[in-house]
Amino acid sequence: MPDVLGSVRPDSWDFPLFLHVGGAMIAVGGLLAGGTALAVAGTSVRVLRCGFWSLLAVALPGVIVMRIGAQWIYNREGFDASPSNPTWLGIGFITADAGIALLFIALVVGAFGVRRLSRGSGTGLLRVSMVLSFVTLAAYLVTVWAMGAKPG
Amino acid sequence: MSLNDWILALHLLSAFAYVAATIMFWVMVAAAWGCERPSEVLAVFRLNPVATVSVAIGGLGTITFGIWLAISLPAYHPWDGWVIAAIVLWAIAGGAGQRAGTEFDKARTRAQELTGQSDEPSSELAGLVRSRRGLLLHGASTTAMVLILIDMIWKPGA
Repeated sequence: MPDVLGSVRPDSWDFPLFLHVGGAMIAVGGLLAGGTALAVAGTSVRVLRCGFWSLLAVALPGVIVMRIGAQWIYNREGFDASPSNPTWLGIGFITADAGIALLFIALVVGAFGVRRLSRGSGTGLLRVSMVLSFVTLAAYLVTVWAMGAKPG
Repeated sequence: MSLNDWILALHLLSAFAYVAATIMFWVMVAAAWGCERPSEVLAVFRLNPVATVSVAIGGLGTITFGIWLAISLPAYHPWDGWVIAAIVLWAIAGGAGQRAGTEFDKARTRAQELTGQSDEPSSELAGLVRSRRGLLLHGASTTAMVLILIDMIWKPGA
């Protein structure tokens, strides 16, 4: 979220910023919904599936839109031509990209978990997926703080 | 980091909590869509406490820290058109969201009543989880939130 929501910026930055923030909000919502559903589902197959699909159909598209918007506004602001990035931007890149990797692993593990669910096996893999989604969520909340407070 | 930086960060985190809660309510609506048995409906409603806490934190945080920023930052004022528009949209989002919650809560209440008797499919319960009024209200709340985000980014008139 380069150049915060709280300031006036060139008009040409607005749409990329909208994509970036909107995508991030959808990603956080999908992670919270998915992680919570997997955590509270108990033996409910419907809620377990709902948790996995929240990660796949809500969080993943949100993360993709967020990352595209991030790169777009990064270029618009001219950071790509700068020799070094500010601290808050570094935090953003690390957590966003690590979060994408974690979410991807959560989805792969979760997909196997849902398959096992269909066979009547345990929910262990979906529990792993839940933990990974909460870790990703925590990383993204740190990112939101860094984008707003801009440390350094 | 200045105090305003912290307030902006808290304002953003609150906005994320608010939108996340709204998405959770959509996920609950989608998950409950085909439910006919009380136990299924009640299982979906296990997500409700987290969504409720998130919407409370998000709703209060956005307005409190948002107005604080509008007063604190010299470039903006609480009476700026885009700030007033955001406050009006925030009220619409909250009001519509609360009414949507009341609508869908009827399904939970009915499921709790039915679960004491049996866990047979109920067409009445299926109708309550697919409440058209609830969907419209939640849709209105979500639309207001999207408009707030647009207003915050484009800041018309600023």
